[in-house]
Amino acid sequence: MSFVLTEDQEMLRETATAFARDELSITHLRALRDAGANGKDAKTRQKLAELGFFGVIIPDEPGAETFGLTGLGQILEAQGATLAATPLLQTALIAASALQLGGSPAQQAEWLPKIAGGETTFALALDETAHFAPYNVSTEAERNGQGYTINGLKKYVPDAHHADMLIVVARTFGESGDRHGLSLFLVPRDAKGVTITELKTVDSHGAAHVTLENVNVAESALIGPADQGADILDPVLDRAAIGLAAEMLGSAQAAFDMTLEYLNNRKQFGQLIGSFQSMQHRAAKMFIDLEMTRSCVASALAAADDGKSDLAELASLAKALASELVHLVSNECVQMHGGIGMTDVADPGFYMKRARVQEALYGSASWHRDRYARLNGF
Amino acid sequence: MAYDNAEQLEEFRLEARKWLEDNCPPSMRTPMRDDEVVWGGRNATFKNPDSKAWLDRMGEKGWTAPEWPKEYGGGGLSRSEARVLEQEMRRIKARPPLFSFGLWMFGPALLEFGNHEQKLRFIPDIVKGKTRWCQGYSEPGAGSDLAGLQTRCEDKGDHYLINGQKVWTSYADKADWIFCLVRTDTSTKHEGISFILFDMKSPGVEARPIQLISGESPFCETFFTDVKVPKEQLVGRVNGGWDIAKRLLQFERSSISAGGFGGTGGSGILGPDEYAKHHVGTDETGRVADGDLRGRIADHKMYTKAFALTVQRQTEQAKAGQAVGHTASILKYAAAKMNQDRHELLIEALGTEGLGWEGEGFDKGAMRVTRQWLRSKGNSIEGGTSEINLNVIAKRVLGLKEHQ
Repeated sequence: MSFVLTEDQEMLRETATAFARDELSITHLRALRDAGANGKDAKTRQKLAELGFFGVIIPDEPGAETFGLTGLGQILEAQGATLAATPLLQTALIAASALQLGGSPAQQAEWLPKIAGGETTFALALDETAHFAPYNVSTEAERNGQGYTINGLKKYVPDAHHADMLIVVARTFGESGDRHGLSLFLVPRDAKGVTITELKTVDSHGAAHVTLENVNVAESALIGPADQGADILDPVLDRAAIGLAAEMLGSAQAAFDMTLEYLNNRKQFGQLIGSFQSMQHRAAKMFIDLEMTRSCVASALAAADDGKSDLAELASLAKALASELVHLVSNECVQMHGGIGMTDVADPGFYMKRARVQEALYGSASWHRDRYARLNGF
Repeated sequence: MAYDNAEQLEEFRLEARKWLEDNCPPSMRTPMRDDEVVWGGRNATFKNPDSKAWLDRMGEKGWTAPEWPKEYGGGGLSRSEARVLEQEMRRIKARPPLFSFGLWMFGPALLEFGNHEQKLRFIPDIVKGKTRWCQGYSEPGAGSDLAGLQTRCEDKGDHYLINGQKVWTSYADKADWIFCLVRTDTSTKHEGISFILFDMKSPGVEARPIQLISGESPFCETFFTDVKVPKEQLVGRVNGGWDIAKRLLQFERSSISAGGFGGTGGSGILGPDEYAKHHVGTDETGRVADGDLRGRIADHKMYTKAFALTVQRQTEQAKAGQAVGHTASILKYAAAKMNQDRHELLIEALGTEGLGWEGEGFDKGAMRVTRQWLRSKGNSIEGGTSEINLNVIAKRVLGLKEHQ
């Protein structure tokens, strides 16, 4: 069964929900923002490590059972509900997946335990333009005697302003737009020639532009075979889109619940505003969309765990629906709260701002709609 | 009976497979056009004699209603066995042997609310497709306010006497019997309604087809003038019909959304992407040339997939004992939207090819799409309007309050 959690996954979900509610509330995000932390939060990282959240998809020993992406999806959904800024998507999902799918035994032995223990965090340095286009990579990695020299500029890299390691997608062959010729490299963020330009972003999570200027890495920094990085990158990006869709579902559900509570408390013209039919119908439509998106996210998470061949299609489905959902619900959340919804002191605006970032990463609704059509042959 | 044993279930699968192989005629394993649908009843028509044989065999076995009790002619299968049967039928692309409001709506309600004699009398004939039922719910003045119905039912000692009018009675002109909501108490609204059954051949019953914008007339206006009904044909208690009516609406909404309003099945109609490729053309990479239309078709296809996954999720959750509230209203709303969007896209993709009405010069399939596009406008009205379903969700699921 793909839509009913196992007992273990259910317990993980409860732990994650309680943790997000008690320790990573929007009040926490607001405090970090006001302190200028820009998403950097060492204490939270420490607590996530203690809870074991970094190692959810990493087996204790080779071949052992894990909570799977379905389990990690529950944590991401919980953190989406409170808009928590954590390194989980980049490190526990993206980096762990890249190393598991493409890493050498030596790389896996070195890095997976460090990820699971929360000792090392990662950031995937991919995009070079304002829109997600995974093969539009101009950053070059040129062979030198012992390894490679990397030059290029990566834009809006989530977590790059605090991650320990970067996974840099560079071109070892061909030109921007080609699928063939991409290669993935492990690059320490403090390597010589790496410049991190921290960005203050609309969602208060922060991000960074990364400049790579004659950065030398050893042969052993290459994840998987040279030129064939897309074979690793594609499934990793599908998983990233699915994980982010789970987070977005959590955000949408929380913004919806907040709206519903307001509809049942706020009075105008002597009536609860939630008793007006125009409001009821809009709320009911949002609920239907939430239910539909929940089905898509759950089946995409399960497809990743079961190694299903329609993973790409389900990833695009989940990310596209979740994108439309977060915009609908967060915009309605502001509108239905009226004037208070426009103020900084209230929470609705936080959801609306984060929704834009969530949509832009790993493919917008348009990008995934386009791919869904292509995968279906039209 | 309680067959949760995997081994026994596998045994049942093999039995069912063999029986279907032996009994399902090859011509019943092909896509079905609208005019080949079998509705059963006293005046049943069978375009293909195989469809009669198929109905008779399935009806005899009780497999038109696999989960209904054997005692009343049903298949007596468990939920898991019924699912296996469904899978096996799908495997050989078997046509549904019978389309029937009796199977989808009235039967389940009668099994829940009827007495033993009523079930013995009516259920076996539904299973075998011998009686075709119609639904006497809507009235001209009531519309979505179903409980506002006025059709009077008076107690005349040894019988009831019915006077009034129904509207939107699907296939009333072709049905044998009607299950009907009537007013037995005028001093109160919901508590004055009863649920009664009678033969459409009874003196005083008249059905007049209503022509729709699609040029077709699946619905009727139905008139009752001094119709005498035996007392044993009232289901449940006098003035207790509203509970039955509501339950039956749930079955109706579920059956409507389960089929996604038909149309998508074996009707021989291509998808909007296929029509768009053919009539709009493709670019050098094989994509639909009109990018905006292509995006909207993709949007629709994703919605359709999300709908199917939601049906699957709710089934699995129900099986795992996790309650899902008012699923029928959620799916009814979504199914109506889905089917209407689909037909809008089909018509748009067809361009002027989709503007034919009858005669020569237009493709027959395309003209079928045009009629179905017009028919689909009723999807958000029949079986509870979209607005009524949104009201149900807002109040019963989301707990939003009534206007004071």
